[in-house]
Amino acid sequence: MSHGFKGGAHPDEMKHLTSQKPIEKLPAPELVILPMSMHIGAPCQPLVAVGDHVYLGQKIAEAQAPVSAPVHATISGTVKAIAPMEHALGTKVMSVVIENDYQDELDPSIAPIDYSAMTAEEMIACIKEAGIVGHGGAAFPTHIKLSSALGKVDTVIINGAECEPFLTSDHRILLEHPEEVVEGVKIILRILNLKNAVIGIEMNKENTFERINSLLPVDGSIKLVPMAVKYPQGAEKQLIKTITGREVPSGKLPADAGCAVFNTDTAASIYRLFTTGMPMHRRIVTVSGPDMAVPKNLEVRIGTPVKDLIAFCGGFIEPPTKLLMGGPMMGTSLYSDEVPIIKGTNGILAFAEAEPIHISDPRCIRCGRCVADCPMQLVPTYIYRAAMAGRMEECASFNPLDCIECGVCSFVCPAKVPLTQGIRVAKQKIIAANRK
Amino acid sequence: MNDLSKLKVSSSPHIRSEDTTSRIMLDVIIALMPALAIGIFVYGLRALTVTAVSAIGCVFFEWAYNHFSHKSQSISDLSAVVTGILLAYCLPVSTPLWTVLLGDLFAIIIVKQLFGGIGKNFVNPALAARAFLLASFAGIVSVYPKIRTALPLFTTPVDIVTTATPLSQMKEGILPDISVFNNALGMVGGSIGEISSFALIAGGIYLIYRKVISARIPLAFIGTVAVVTFIFPQGNNNLQWMLSQLVSGGLMLGAIFMATDYTTSPITINGQIVYGIGCGLITILIRYFGTYPEGVSYAILVMNLFIGLIEKVTMPRKFGAPKKERKGGAKVEK
Repeated sequence: MSHGFKGGAHPDEMKHLTSQKPIEKLPAPELVILPMSMHIGAPCQPLVAVGDHVYLGQKIAEAQAPVSAPVHATISGTVKAIAPMEHALGTKVMSVVIENDYQDELDPSIAPIDYSAMTAEEMIACIKEAGIVGHGGAAFPTHIKLSSALGKVDTVIINGAECEPFLTSDHRILLEHPEEVVEGVKIILRILNLKNAVIGIEMNKENTFERINSLLPVDGSIKLVPMAVKYPQGAEKQLIKTITGREVPSGKLPADAGCAVFNTDTAASIYRLFTTGMPMHRRIVTVSGPDMAVPKNLEVRIGTPVKDLIAFCGGFIEPPTKLLMGGPMMGTSLYSDEVPIIKGTNGILAFAEAEPIHISDPRCIRCGRCVADCPMQLVPTYIYRAAMAGRMEECASFNPLDCIECGVCSFVCPAKVPLTQGIRVAKQKIIAANRK
Repeated sequence: MNDLSKLKVSSSPHIRSEDTTSRIMLDVIIALMPALAIGIFVYGLRALTVTAVSAIGCVFFEWAYNHFSHKSQSISDLSAVVTGILLAYCLPVSTPLWTVLLGDLFAIIIVKQLFGGIGKNFVNPALAARAFLLASFAGIVSVYPKIRTALPLFTTPVDIVTTATPLSQMKEGILPDISVFNNALGMVGGSIGEISSFALIAGGIYLIYRKVISARIPLAFIGTVAVVTFIFPQGNNNLQWMLSQLVSGGLMLGAIFMATDYTTSPITINGQIVYGIGCGLITILIRYFGTYPEGVSYAILVMNLFIGLIEKVTMPRKFGAPKKERKGGAKVEK
């Protein structure tokens, strides 16, 4: 078992709420809201007009820039509106709203893709056309990752860490559909012309190991590496360190350390694309949290409003104080349940604590926990102190731009200093100053 | 319709560990209790009154400072209680209560609050107060009553029968007339809380188990004293000399409870080791060559002053930085 990176924390896992629950299909909703931006990169341009009929899987928005990903209809029906709609990020984003005709009429062009004679570039183009982005949360377009890795990396890493508390969507995929993941890895290896992939899975998902091992090719090209349960094991840089011992150089990309990292469900999506022709149109979402009546793992059409998932899980136990998209360490806090599930949504969590710990006048006691536990080996308390005092030059000398905003410093701080939050602001100030 | 009226929006992370400052301080207080039990056993209930008065005094002065300077109250973090207990622990049981309270005032008002309160003071408040008392009232705070003799609970003891401490004997270059085991047990003259190495080590193990402190500073500190006294014994029994040095005086109290004070020790991991070694070396220098028999508290106070420098040269190598580079990185361009 690999322990890997320095630092890290052990928040209560809370995965027992859903780890034993098989993935259920959420019935397709009455309406889907498909934002033109649900990935890292440029927003898309709609290809349809209000009133148009669309098929399930039909491309409805085109990527206008290289770093972007097209959007597909996730139900069949009629385009009801193309308008700015509320988005998880807290702003309104141009979105295509489709009304369901409940026919799930498949786009006639969708068919399995025979890639036996395809070049790597052609296969990457298929992935780009299918709108596949990283399923882990950040939603980086997968075709960019693949093309920038082409000829540059020697190791493919599949991220099965799922280190955020509560989330079990990857766990259930590895348990219920390991063959999709393994076949997806084989396709990735074929694209990159490599014979070396590692599936890294935290020990809390040990019940997936036997099945996965039995599916791995005998030539040893894909290996399973059990990893210690430690947050943020699934952060890209920490994962690469754990699996390969390499450090991604400061300010560089995983490819600069010879690695390309894909989420488990991203690999499965690639497999499904080539075997069925289906573009990215659904994903697995863990709906959980202490305030969720019946926590579940759901297979959801992208664009489904969050409130539909909540209703399917029995609603809230009491009015929530926090509604999160993603995990509790790095997720986004929602202000509305009308926002849609997007391509990177791995969880919807509800909390109803009286008041999340908040101290009006937090005083650092210099215990050094943030320093000892920072997985990037930074000194969070000094970054924070300098930033709060407006000493931005001193602040920059503590390397805040290397911060991955994993939240460990704020989590471990006994004085409840909002370190991550402060560092996030400092980073934005420094980036803005550097632009000038 | 879901009731979302109570919904709050904030930036991640959305959960916090259960540790709090007051829980940490409570753990330190718990860890200090075995030493108090031995102190009471050896010196009677006056050990308790001195300790309690000191703790209450510190809390009062912190409350009063915050109250009269219109600052938010901070006494609930329990750090003043810890300071009070630690100051009492490094005083002889015969110390008059007014002297104890004067020390409390110095520790809390001058050393701690005037520099900004918890996390801001640059030297350890309890040790600075002890140094202040020793400089001002040497005749009062450097006499150690004979063990297991009755002393008044509250009034100032008169006609104290004093005893030589193991350290004062070792200052003469002779081994103490008490066995290492009894010395470590605490059946010996000294300050209220320093006498029992066993009780202090038990507290230290609790603190490490509770992850309140790491073992780095105590091990570096005690280890340095052990190595140097073993190599340079006075007399010819290296092992017994070394062990006597380790269990005598304030070494365990200092290494486990004072040098690990968060505010006045480095936050960098390598810095903590450097700091511990420095404390150990200065302790021996004072014990071997200084005027005072004991050097632990001055060693820590001196090293307190170096933490800024130590941190500067022991900044961690950030993830992904070239192996040699320690500093630099992003620059703000004007």
